Amino acid sequence: MLGLCYSRDVSAPTLVRNPATVRHSGVVRVTHWLTVISFFALLLTGAEIVVSHPRFYWGEVGNVNTTPLFTIPIPSSRDTVPTGYGYVMPDQNGWSRYLHFESAWVAVLTGLVYGIWSLWTGHFRRDLFPARGDRNWRAFWGVISRYIRRAPQDEAEARSYNVMQRTAYLAVIFVLFPLVIWTGLALSPGFNSAFPFAVNVLGGRQSARTLHFFVSGGLLLFVVVHVWMVVLAGFRSRMRGMITGRVEGPQERI
Amino acid sequence: MNKISRRKLITGGLVATAGASGLVAAGSLARRYGLIPPDHCGVYGPGETMTYAAQRLLTTNSMAREFSRSMISKKPFANETAPPNDDFKRHQAGGFLDWRLSVDGMVAHPASLSLSDLKSLPFRSQITEVVCEEGWSYIAEWIGTPLVDVLNATGLLPQARYIVYFSIDRDWWESIDLADALHPQTLLTWGMNDGDLPVSFGGPLRLRVPRQLGYKSVKYITRITATDSLKGFGKGLGSASPEGGYAWYAGI
Repeated sequence: MLGLCYSRDVSAPTLVRNPATVRHSGVVRVTHWLTVISFFALLLTGAEIVVSHPRFYWGEVGNVNTTPLFTIPIPSSRDTVPTGYGYVMPDQNGWSRYLHFESAWVAVLTGLVYGIWSLWTGHFRRDLFPARGDRNWRAFWGVISRYIRRAPQDEAEARSYNVMQRTAYLAVIFVLFPLVIWTGLALSPGFNSAFPFAVNVLGGRQSARTLHFFVSGGLLLFVVVHVWMVVLAGFRSRMRGMITGRVEGPQERI
Repeated sequence: MNKISRRKLITGGLVATAGASGLVAAGSLARRYGLIPPDHCGVYGPGETMTYAAQRLLTTNSMAREFSRSMISKKPFANETAPPNDDFKRHQAGGFLDWRLSVDGMVAHPASLSLSDLKSLPFRSQITEVVCEEGWSYIAEWIGTPLVDVLNATGLLPQARYIVYFSIDRDWWESIDLADALHPQTLLTWGMNDGDLPVSFGGPLRLRVPRQLGYKSVKYITRITATDSLKGFGKGLGSASPEGGYAWYAGI
């Protein structure tokens, strides 16, 4: 999640210390960190699997005898792939594949717990869907201009997510995660035998693989921006917030 | 800070007990209905078991996608990994006339079939995709004798649960459960794209399992054996794949 983008130079007189304020509930914290662990396992093992065939295609089929859509210019872990490098990387696919699918289960089950809990408690409605007055471009651009000017945040932002954060989180939860799961499942020959439309509507197996790669890239981009925002907002306080659930410390107004 | 009340403690304890006994019950049910893969031990065991169990519940009778003739790949990729051994070359020089497939284990009538014996059984042709774990794929027409017909002809015994199959290269062997072994698309394949199955694609005989990744479709098959347990084969992990670090179940 993006993390609140506070300015660090909030003046002292407005400080109110209230260490008991819960910023993130236990469910949000636990599912957040489980997602972090499983995402990085998926990212690492996914990259390892790509190394065994760093060529991407569009349509149903694709192999070294067909023209790729694009090629990642890295050596491969298979000597059957023409890469231009006179070097074959060690094969890491066995454990990578085992860990990829195990981590996918952790991510999916964590997401289910989080999604059901969020619907049940109103977390989505209360904390993530943009507030009534913020459902317009002006509110959106207002946040962006405040980010650019590094302006101090207003009172409401200190307690909850701004409209841009909410939009980013919702996009990850309701667009990128479902898409990455769908495109991943569309690569399973067993799943495809039971649900052939899942791969057919994507334009075929190789299209699904290429989309899986790009959606994963989208998730990685989100993580990079998110961590960057956390650093801007104050890494230690944001980490404390997501670990202990409490916000305290001198740079925050409660 | 110590706000853990007696009520919370009791509720937590009850939830934990219910969870633990639920897991034990789920485990014994899964075992009973054959939802535990042979490589279920180790750190990746839970994920592999979930995948296999979920797929078995969803896909027992599902059919791999079949394609139109126009979708057949013009230049399929053979993926010749290892050169066939001397024994194979001798068979190849003789036009595979002496090639035998032995069917043994838990069958009422063990048999040794020649290629022409196999071809005299009803055959099936299907246009399916070969999907490699590395990511590439191609589509071809595969012609062969359904494994289920061979198992019916030799009298598969009711206690059999797996079919183990061996390449002429004895380091290369795999196994499948009965959901895949009795599946109509699982073919003892001897033809490809209207001709004989080329050696580079596994000829003279390859077991095609189109609902799983390509590495389950072992080339140069000489023996299939029916068994109720995979413990006695190799390291007991089900096939050569887990011994080399790859998952036994490759339907993903």
